[in-house]
Order: sequence, then C-alpha cells, then structure tokens
Amino acid sequence: MRVGEIVTAGVLALLSIYLMYKASANGIGFVAKTGPQGGFWPFWLSLGMLISTGFIALNWVRGTSPQSQSDEPVLDSYGLKTLLLVGGGIIGFVALIDIVSMYGAVAIFMLYYLKVLGRHGWFLTSMMVLLFPLGLFFFFEGLMQISMPTGMGFTEPVFNVLYEIIY
Amino acid sequence: MEILSLLGDGILVAVQPLNLLLIFVGVTLGLFIGAMPGLGSVNGVAILLPITFLVPPGSAIIFLAAIYYGAMYGGAISSITLGIPGASTAVATTFDGRPLALQGKARLALVAAAIASFVGGTVSVVLFTGFAPLLATVALSFGPPEIFALMLLAFATFVGLGGDDIAKTVFSICFGLVLATVGFDQISGAPRLVLFEMNGFLGGISFLVLAIGVYGIGEMIWTIESTRGEVTNTEAKISVKGIFEDTGTTFKKGWKGMSIGSFLGFFVGVLPAAGATPASLMSYGVTKMISKRPDDFGKGHVGGVAAPEAANNSASTGSMLPMLTLGIPGSPTTAILLGGMVIWGLTPGPRLFVEQSDFVWGLIGSFYVSNFFAVIVNLAFIPLFIWMLRMPFTVLAPLIFVLSVVGGYAAMQDMFDIWLLLIFGFGAFFLRKFDYPVAPAVLAIVLGPIAEPTLRQSLLLSSGDPAIFFNRPISAPIMIVAIILILMPAFKYLRPRRAKPAE
Repeated sequence: MRVGEIVTAGVLALLSIYLMYKASANGIGFVAKTGPQGGFWPFWLSLGMLISTGFIALNWVRGTSPQSQSDEPVLDSYGLKTLLLVGGGIIGFVALIDIVSMYGAVAIFMLYYLKVLGRHGWFLTSMMVLLFPLGLFFFFEGLMQISMPTGMGFTEPVFNVLYEIIY
Repeated sequence: MEILSLLGDGILVAVQPLNLLLIFVGVTLGLFIGAMPGLGSVNGVAILLPITFLVPPGSAIIFLAAIYYGAMYGGAISSITLGIPGASTAVATTFDGRPLALQGKARLALVAAAIASFVGGTVSVVLFTGFAPLLATVALSFGPPEIFALMLLAFATFVGLGGDDIAKTVFSICFGLVLATVGFDQISGAPRLVLFEMNGFLGGISFLVLAIGVYGIGEMIWTIESTRGEVTNTEAKISVKGIFEDTGTTFKKGWKGMSIGSFLGFFVGVLPAAGATPASLMSYGVTKMISKRPDDFGKGHVGGVAAPEAANNSASTGSMLPMLTLGIPGSPTTAILLGGMVIWGLTPGPRLFVEQSDFVWGLIGSFYVSNFFAVIVNLAFIPLFIWMLRMPFTVLAPLIFVLSVVGGYAAMQDMFDIWLLLIFGFGAFFLRKFDYPVAPAVLAIVLGPIAEPTLRQSLLLSSGDPAIFFNRPISAPIMIVAIILILMPAFKYLRPRRAKPAE
C-alpha cells in the first residue's frame, strides 16, 4: 500500500499536468471584453489537483495517512484473481457488443458469470440467459423506443423476428 | 380563501376518473423508469409526450407531471438497492442509501426515501399553492453571482465537513469539475480538453458515465474484492408492521433532513438554472453540516436518505413554478413540459393563471393527488425491491453490471462512453483502495456545468473583479458561509495542535 499510495499520487500529478497543458491551449487569462478565456476554469482546477497531490505526497512522507503506513499489498492473489475474472468478464462483455449485439453480449456475460463464476445450476442459468436479455429488449426497444447495438449482420434474422413482435 | 376555493376546484379536476387513471399509470410508469439506471424523468416525459395528444391538454400535463413525480420517487430505488444512481437527482441518495442496504436495512432506506419524497412533495405543493407569484419574483433576482455562490456552498459542504483526507477530497472535487469542462467551451464554442485528440471527447463527459462507472462498476468490484465474495446483501424482512416502524424511524431520525430538503429543495428548484440535482446535493450537505454526528453520514444515516429525497421531490414541484409563472423551465424535464404546453396551444407566463385558471389549478390539484398515489405505489412495491435484494450476490452482481452498461448506453447512445464508463469504473476501484472519496467527483461533474458559466458571466459583468460576489446582498452571505466551510479543515487542523501541550 505504501508504495502504491505514492505511485498513485505521482500518476495523478502527471494527469494534472497533462490537463493543465491541454487547458492552456484555450487560454487561461482574462480578456477585458469577453471575460475569462476558455481554459481559465479547467487550468486553475487542474492546478488545484496538482497541489492536492503535493499534499498527498507530503502526508505520505510524514506517514499520516493509513495507506502510507501499511505494508499490505494493494492486491493480494485473491484480489488479483477477482479483478481478472470479474473485470475481465466485463471488458469481454463490452467488447462483444459490436459483434453479437447488446442483447447477445448480455446473454453470454450472464452465462459466464452465473455458470463459471457463480456455479449456479443450469435451470437458473438458462432462465436468466434467455429471459433477462429478452426482458431488456422489450423494455428498451418496445416501451422506451431506445435502440441498442444490433451487432454484425448474422444477428439480423433474430432481430427481424423480435421487431415483428413489437412493431 | 380564494386560493383554497381554486385549489378545491383543481383537486376536483384531478380526481375525475380519466385524470385519476392517468395519475396512477403515470406514477407507476415513472417509478419504474426512474428506477432504471440511466433513465430519469426527462426520458419518461420526452418519450411519452406524443401519447398525451390523445387526451385533453389538462389531462395530458397531469399525466406527464405524474410521470415526473413517479420518476423522482423511483430514482432512489436503484441508488439504494443496486448502488447505482438511477438519475443525477438520486446521486446523493446513494451516499447513505446503499450503506443502509448493505447493513440489512434496505427496507428502512426505501421507506425513508418514500416518506421523505412524500413530505418534500407535500411541502412543495403547499408552498407552490401559497407563494407562487412571490417566489417567482425572488427567483428572478438570482443572477450568475448568486447561483455561483450557491454552487460554491455545495462544494464547500463536502470540503469542510468531509471526514476523509482533505487533500484527496479537494483532488476529487477538482477532478470532477475538470471532467465537466471536457468537450466544448460553453461560451466561446471552441473545442476544449479533447484528451489524447480522441473525437469521442468532443461530446463531453456526462455525469452518468462517471456515476455509473464509479458506482455500478468500481464500487461493485471493490465490494466483491474486499468482502472476499462473501457479500451479505440484506436480511431485511418484509411486513406491514415493519414498514410502519420504519416510517416512525424516518420521522424520528430524518426529520431534520426532511425539513431542510423540503424547503431548501423547493427554493433551489425554483431557480431557473438549478433544479432537483443541486437541490438534493445541497440538502444532503447542509443536513450533514448541522448534524450533531456528521461522521455518521456516508455510513448509513437515515437523514442522508431523507434530505436528498425530500429535496429532489420538492425541487421537481419548485421547478414547475418558473415554467408556469414566467415561461422559464427550471429543469430539463420542465423544458419538455413547456414544449408540450406550447404544442397544446397554452402559453406559459403570468397570464396563464388568469386565462387558463382551470388548467393551472387542475395541474396544482394533480400535484397533491400524484404525491399521494406515488407514496402508496412506492410503498406497495417495496417488497418487490427487497425481494430483488435477496437474490444471491452471484446473481445480483451480473445484473448490476449489465444494467450499468445497458443503462449507460441507453442514456448516451455511444460505445465510446461505455468504454469510458469502464475506465472510470476501474479507476474508481483503485482510487477507492487508496481512500480517495469518489462522491465529490460525481457531485462536481453534476454541478460543474452550472458553476463555470455562472463564474465566467459574473466576472464578465464585473470586468474581472471578484468583489462582485461580496457586494451583492444575496451572494455575499452565501459566499462567506462557503468560505468559512472551506477553511474549516484548517481550523480543525489547528485545534488539536493547540490542545496537545495541555495534555
């Protein structure tokens, strides 16, 4: 944790400097007739971020924050495994949206989470995998008239059937 | 007496069978729309606006107002049960609503939200009935300096009273405010902070992307990781007696929050640039500020649920006031309602109360009736929401992840924002590990788009002289209170240092 705290503060300080640089492109001063320039507000706020990271580093040096005194790892083996399995699953879910459609990706993610991570039985898993995406489809496309990504061409026959029902 | 007579006539209009049916359908639909992450009253009202052309204008606006009310109640449901703010108006409800649910007190949180919403709604319609023209005039005296002072006060309550590391809280607020500036400069129209030259940033960063990422993804992964997968969601039991007990607890522990939320919420809602979101955040901050135990807030305090919920309902009625009396919408939803009224051939403004008296008082009467129906429908559905929480966490967690992504897409309609949502989610997970408070960043991205233009307009008015904030009768006291709150951490820092030698 101790190393992680100062590394995080360092990364956030770099982010603050980058934001200051980007904001300065719009001008950070005050022009008599038009008032503060476009970069004025984000620049000074980014400077505020940078100063805050300075105080966080100072607290780290003085050892006043709990993290600066902790020898625990930021992520132990369980945490790393959780992050990879759960976080990786979510990234995979989002990556699949443009391929198998939003609803297809929901079904695959539910299958992965319920069966692989949750180790639930096939009955519950198959019910959730089938009914939840269908429920979402009728709510969003039918009731709310909001279209979700339909993925690549091969999903078209399925959507044709579903659109027949709601239109 | 004339007002009471007009109000009586209005209530009679509202309880006509068609209007009563529309109110019931409206609050129920609104409740579920508001409960869905990513969707809020503005979506419900906008989508269902065309349907209203099938009924007379008076009934149409009653239906839309009922949806608005229902959605305000519903926003709290996903904040409490899923930990994802359904809409910006329910962000503050997450701060204490979710911890209560995780402590097995989801029923208490849901009852507190419903009762506080009812109280806020009732107080606001009474204020609306009695003081509409007067308040509309006062609201008009709020210019950019006053609105900026109010925004500063909202940030100050988080800095001055945060139990967290102050440097990290300030970082979080500044970061949220900077994120709110991404996209285009609102005044010059020039592209600004297009990060890494990616065109996706030209559209700006919506608060929903940050809020859903932080609460729907980051907090969830953190919960799974920190509890080693042994998450106890809730052990709340459902019973009518329990709901009555929780109602008593809400009044006992949340009366301050409800009172502040009801009155402050109404007034902030009346202000043309503000609306229910700043109202709920400010009410939360002020309730925490005057509480004897501010450290309990954020850990499951009933007042932390009651204040924002009373405020957002109160503000939703308040925001109708400038719309009806002046023709100025106080929120995005009332802007759509205003559009609807114009289509129906009604002209909002001072003459509306005279020329369309039946319509106006019918609408005001429907506020009372909608509020009553909304609390009944909401309380009736609490068992359903509690049942949802009783699901095994390995079923609930993927549902939350899916609703976060699907809700985020429904609101933004852009895959770039969904990837950004994931980045914020993972970023929030790591920041949470190092005790960075993320709520102030969400607060800041919501209020930033109001704060920046009002600051710039104020400085433009004064040719760059910041004294403009201190020489106006309304903004000056607000600014002074805000500055004192911002400096409070310094006072706190000095106090123990003085105390030490005495020990």
